[in-house]
Amino acid sequence: MVKAKAKPGPLARRPDNSAFKQQRLPAWSPMLTAHTVLPFFYILALICLLLGVWLLLTVQSTQEMKLFYTEAKTCAECFEKRENVSLAAEECRCTVTFLIEKAFKGDVFFYYGLKNFHQNLRRYMDSRDDGQMVGRKSNLKNPSLYCSPFSQDQNGLPVAPCGAVANSIFNDSFTFTYHKSASQNIPVPLLRNGITWYTDKNIKFRNPRMGNLTLDQVFEGTTHPPYWQKPVNELDPDDPTNNGFINDDLIVWMREAAFPNFKKLYGVLCRDNKPFTKGLPAGNYSIEITYNFPAQRFQGRKQVVLTTLTWFGGQNHFLPIAYLVTSGLVLLTAVVLTVVWFKFGKGGQNMVE
Amino acid sequence: MSFFGLDCIKKKERELERKLRANDREYNRSFKYATNAIKTSKYNFFTFLPLNLFEQFQRIANAYFLFLLVLQVIPQISSLSWFTTVVPLILVLSVTAAKDATDDINRHRSDNHVNNRKAHVLIDRKLRNEKWMDVQVGDIIKLENNQFVTADLLLLSSSEPLNLVYIETAELDGETNLKVRQALTVTGDLGDNVEKLADFSGEVCCEPPNNRLDRFTGTLTVAGQKYPLDNEKILLRGCTLRNTEWCFGLVLFGGPETKLMQNCGKSTFKRTSIDRLMNVLVLCIFGFLAFMCTILAIGNWFWETNEGSQFTVFLPRQEGIDTGFSAFLTFWSYVIILNTVVPISLYVSVEIIRLGNSFYIDWDRKMYYNRNDTPAEARTTTLNEELGQIKYVFSDKTGTLTQNIMTFNKCSINGKSYGDVYDYTGQRLEITEKTERVDFSFNPLADPRFVFHDHSLVEAVKLENPEVQLFFRLLALCHTVMAEEKTEGELHYQAQSPDEGALVTAARNFGFVFRSRTPDSVSIVEMGQQCSYELLAILDFNNVRKRMSVIVRSPDGKLSLYCKGADTIIYERLHQSCSKLMDVTTEHLNEFAGEGLRTLALAYKDLDEGYFNEWKQRHHEASTTLEDREYKLDELYEEIEKDLLLLGATAIEDKLQDGVPQTIEQLSKADIKVWVLTGDKQETAENIGYSCNLLREEMNEIFIIAGNSPEDVREELRNARTSMKPDSAETVFLPERSLVNGVQALTDEEVNGEYGLVINGHSLAYALEHSMELEFLRTACMCKAVICCRVTPLQKAQVVELVKKYKNAVTLAIGDGANDVSMIKVAHIGVGISGQEGMQAVLSSDFSFAQFRFLQRLLLVHGRWSYLRMCKFLRYFFYKNFTFTFVHFWYAFFCGFSAQTVYDEWFITLYNLVYTALPVLGMSLFDQDVNDVWSFQHPQLYVPGQLNLYFSKKSFFKCALHSCYSSLVLFFIPYAAMHDTVRNDGKDVADYQSFALLTQTCLLFAVTIQLGLEMSYWTAVNTFFILGSLAMYFVVTFTMYSNGMFLVLPAAFPFIGTARNSLNQSNVWLTIFLTSTLCVLPVVTYRFLLIQLSPTINDKVMFKVRQARATPPPPPQRRRIRRTSSRRSGYAFSHAQGYGDLVTSGRFLRRPAVSRSTGFPGMGRTTSGFSPMGRSAGYSPTERPLNSKVPHVEVTSLQMYRTIRDPAL
Repeated sequence: MVKAKAKPGPLARRPDNSAFKQQRLPAWSPMLTAHTVLPFFYILALICLLLGVWLLLTVQSTQEMKLFYTEAKTCAECFEKRENVSLAAEECRCTVTFLIEKAFKGDVFFYYGLKNFHQNLRRYMDSRDDGQMVGRKSNLKNPSLYCSPFSQDQNGLPVAPCGAVANSIFNDSFTFTYHKSASQNIPVPLLRNGITWYTDKNIKFRNPRMGNLTLDQVFEGTTHPPYWQKPVNELDPDDPTNNGFINDDLIVWMREAAFPNFKKLYGVLCRDNKPFTKGLPAGNYSIEITYNFPAQRFQGRKQVVLTTLTWFGGQNHFLPIAYLVTSGLVLLTAVVLTVVWFKFGKGGQNMVE
Repeated sequence: MSFFGLDCIKKKERELERKLRANDREYNRSFKYATNAIKTSKYNFFTFLPLNLFEQFQRIANAYFLFLLVLQVIPQISSLSWFTTVVPLILVLSVTAAKDATDDINRHRSDNHVNNRKAHVLIDRKLRNEKWMDVQVGDIIKLENNQFVTADLLLLSSSEPLNLVYIETAELDGETNLKVRQALTVTGDLGDNVEKLADFSGEVCCEPPNNRLDRFTGTLTVAGQKYPLDNEKILLRGCTLRNTEWCFGLVLFGGPETKLMQNCGKSTFKRTSIDRLMNVLVLCIFGFLAFMCTILAIGNWFWETNEGSQFTVFLPRQEGIDTGFSAFLTFWSYVIILNTVVPISLYVSVEIIRLGNSFYIDWDRKMYYNRNDTPAEARTTTLNEELGQIKYVFSDKTGTLTQNIMTFNKCSINGKSYGDVYDYTGQRLEITEKTERVDFSFNPLADPRFVFHDHSLVEAVKLENPEVQLFFRLLALCHTVMAEEKTEGELHYQAQSPDEGALVTAARNFGFVFRSRTPDSVSIVEMGQQCSYELLAILDFNNVRKRMSVIVRSPDGKLSLYCKGADTIIYERLHQSCSKLMDVTTEHLNEFAGEGLRTLALAYKDLDEGYFNEWKQRHHEASTTLEDREYKLDELYEEIEKDLLLLGATAIEDKLQDGVPQTIEQLSKADIKVWVLTGDKQETAENIGYSCNLLREEMNEIFIIAGNSPEDVREELRNARTSMKPDSAETVFLPERSLVNGVQALTDEEVNGEYGLVINGHSLAYALEHSMELEFLRTACMCKAVICCRVTPLQKAQVVELVKKYKNAVTLAIGDGANDVSMIKVAHIGVGISGQEGMQAVLSSDFSFAQFRFLQRLLLVHGRWSYLRMCKFLRYFFYKNFTFTFVHFWYAFFCGFSAQTVYDEWFITLYNLVYTALPVLGMSLFDQDVNDVWSFQHPQLYVPGQLNLYFSKKSFFKCALHSCYSSLVLFFIPYAAMHDTVRNDGKDVADYQSFALLTQTCLLFAVTIQLGLEMSYWTAVNTFFILGSLAMYFVVTFTMYSNGMFLVLPAAFPFIGTARNSLNQSNVWLTIFLTSTLCVLPVVTYRFLLIQLSPTINDKVMFKVRQARATPPPPPQRRRIRRTSSRRSGYAFSHAQGYGDLVTSGRFLRRPAVSRSTGFPGMGRTTSGFSPMGRSAGYSPTERPLNSKVPHVEVTSLQMYRTIRDPAL
């Protein structure tokens, strides 16, 4: 391996005296000693404790309310109805009522939730065409093979948006009402846009370049997914920035959940007008549901979730508790280690050969 | 080499006999013999790609990835995009291909170089300059001095008398001394007459091509007359012509059929024990992979049956796929996803680490020997970590432990001891480099390289002390050394043994210069005066006599007998008048022996003229009788060598190489057993054993096995064992050998105390017999040190083989000569001393360096580090990949067993190649627990390697468990933290892409921190690699998730914006922190507890290092080992029959001074005349070997390459 070097002289083949070649690079060699490990453990325990307490206090300040409506009250009828595919087009509405005992302060977020709906199946997740949704014309007319069997209808027309994900979009809609008194029903205003990631709304999802064409013209020659009742360009005819592929509900749905139980943002309480300027006041509320999504198909359940948020997200009891438990564990370990060290290792007594 | 294999297959029938006719190309061509072109390269421009790829895919790992690639192409199965496999595979393939290509280019180059050498070929009655590759069988070639032999030739004629040629065979067998070849007279008469040569039409009929270098049979038919041919008439390719102006030869074998080429490429592929373990583990992993996939496939079947069938509304099944088939497909999908448990980069990384650690060996200045400008060299780059596990070292003696240089150190003359230096208080001084040397300038003929320190001896000579003068006169006369005087006053001695040379040189420096000899006279210069002694008889040395004498007549007519020999022998033959002197001399002898010096006693006697004449008559009669000649001569010698007068004794140091005792002591502290296997006699070997600290006075007992029958040997071995371990010897426990190759491994037996074992060649032959080998091995392994004397090269290999077979231990053989090649090849690791005896040992070795003492650095530093690094690497590598993979397993339970990955595909692709490759490589190239100085201070640090403590099945299992824990943390903590949460603006963060990003970030942090815990040596490079890789992760992630990448290829980069939208969330970072903490916590706790409760030797030493950091560690002790011993030393004689015969016959001196004309400064010339067997007798009083290689000799291309392909990879 050593090639004769061109260096002349009697020591021509002598290796260089560099720290690297002689393996003498200066280095830091740490070791697990009591003086480093024990303080580290105690400090870690303290940090975890503080974080845990802080998080716990923060979480305590949030409010959340979950409401399963799959078969609740009048919805049971709709539930039955949706089981029957032949009645799919028939409209079904139901109402759930509930009581908020303590006012929700601040921004209130309205989610719909699904249990046991597997958005994370491999074939399901693959069944979409990002090229189509970012407005590629070629993909619009020739959707990806991954979208099969939702890429073309019987007539050979391309489906837009194609694929199983888009096809199975959650299509219940909600009307939220505040019953201030027996007679005074105030509709709760929900902001239905601005509920997506900025990048999704502005980069990942684009309608095909229109030029002078209207949206309807652009989507001409395509058909809507089989389970949809209306084409993609009629999702929100009122607001052109919320129509077609850049419809907020579609985008939210297209961001597939990692787990079979998930919730997705439906709207945010609009606090412009009384009595909602400070949030949701305590009282009776009802939600009228346009019941379209067939829950029995996936043996799942549907819910609505109302929640307020903090600086670290929604109501999440896991992190504070996990930090508190960890803190306890670390402290316990630290104490045990201290005892062991004191008994065996103090002053290097265990290091005697 | 496969090339030759192919050639053989092509030939339809094996050649049984070779027939050829000189100068008849037509006739010879009909046999289709190979021409002289050689080809060691494997590929050409067009075949490189297909052949190389074909070869590479024969390796299991590569083939496995090809298989995965095929799976990925099937859309129903493909759970990962094709690039996750293709990118690493292409990277690995191209790295290997690049390496193979450069190797092959080099081979092409050297092939071309060799093939295009010029040779004089006799074609069409004229000598033409032809390329080597155009030479054909049956051609007649002219070679000139210092040329390489073109092909295997039959020597026809030569410029030298008696048709002799001299050749150097260093490249074939490693021996540097010249050998002589002699042509048949019938061809020799052709001379250099081109006409005659062109008319020569001899026919040769000889053996087919083979690889035996020392044998040749054939016949030459000239004019109907048959002449037998043997090896003495053959010049083999690879030799070099020396001292011969020209010679002519007939080509017998060309190119690939030459014996040199037939000997090439036979080296067996060595694998390390880690390699073997790794193969087992990889198989286990495959099994485990199949197990996991089966579980997941069953899970998939259940899921599809219970839930999937309902979900078909949203996700219709593909045609023709029912639940069972879907489970089957899922199995393969998960094979793809979980393939990272057997990562392709493992093998590549292992090779890189080994290569790096080999470079460290090449670069080590402390293993560089500046006297002959030799750095250490790792000739094999695949065995490094094995160096950290050596349990047995088998060492040659001469040239390895010793320098094969004798120096005249001390003497005792007439009861006075010379050689020690005292200061003015009478204290004996240690002799060092700085001690003042005796000035020999009074003597113009003195050898300037001779070193002596005691001035009193020179004074005594100058004062003309008669005994001292007689002493040196004896040394100048009583020997068989040859002198060569090229220029006036510049003497070169040719001695049969280095001992003799040392004695004659000593006499030369002290004013008694042996100058020249004829068969019947010896001329010496005595204190400046030329005198000639008539040499009347040489009573030569042999092994029984252990002495030699000369009978000379001095210039003034006095008859004397001078005798030197082993002290015990001489003492028996002394006149009783010297009993007093005997006592004093005995004391001196004991003292010399105690220092490990080789001694000789000197005696003389004046002879009566009448008696001598009568004796001479009888001597003549005895030497001409045919029967019992030896015996009769011995009788006569015995008769005249009696009543001698003691003169004194000499003490010669068989110079050990520097640092040998220290090295052996270090090795034994590291629990490495050193066995010396030597061709020397028992006494010498024992003596060296003592002087190099292998045998020690304080050992409980040294057993000497010297039985003459199998029964004796068995008995002696049993006895030895009984005394070492009294309770066990009775139980004959020899393990039953099963018929299948499963041989039980012998475990080490505990003994009380330290023992040594010396066994001679005879007994060893019995001991190595099938029935006794276990007996021998058991006994030998109970001893601290074992010395085998008089062993043949084959026995050396047998001993190594024996230990390899029954002991579950790693062996290392170290040697320098051609006789060590067999054991070097057999041992797990072969080390060659690139010293004085040619390069055969080096060429077949795995590592080579110039001095035995470098062995301790090779093992205790490089070996230990390599082993440590490799084990750390493997443990960590398996950890990080298992952790990575198991997360997928847990996720399967949440994604309907649909083979959805947890991470982004790009992360999967780059995890092993980019994000974690450099940090772990950095660790395995730079890590050291303690530095080299401390490694030397605590050789015990080596022991864990011998016991396989750092990486074994157990630690692998621990790794897997650890990974299991980590993966649980890494999956379930993010799951619990994320599944129901949202961003702080209410938007989604529990989506798949955010979760993937979060998990992979947690994983990367966890494995990086784990690496930090593993690493005990943080250089700037390591820190850079670790931080750099983390930074790289973020850079690459943000790039992959950027708008630009998405807009270019929306399908390949769907994760757009994920990093921006989730990594700005505090709960994401809180989760990362929590997982890191939980991953690290148990590891730190466990390690800390281990250190506290049962610290390993490493922990202890590292603790000491920390304590001593304020004060630098003390330099390694270099104390001189001095023993007070009562042991009688071996005598200074080599053990072959002397040259007495040659000297007196005069044959030796036939061609005295011609040698000067060739201008070749060859002492080889004279040696070759009688071609001594075995080791060269070159003698030099300094360390510089006279026999060193002639500088312009190139290494033949073939020997530069030993390509070994691992068939299993």
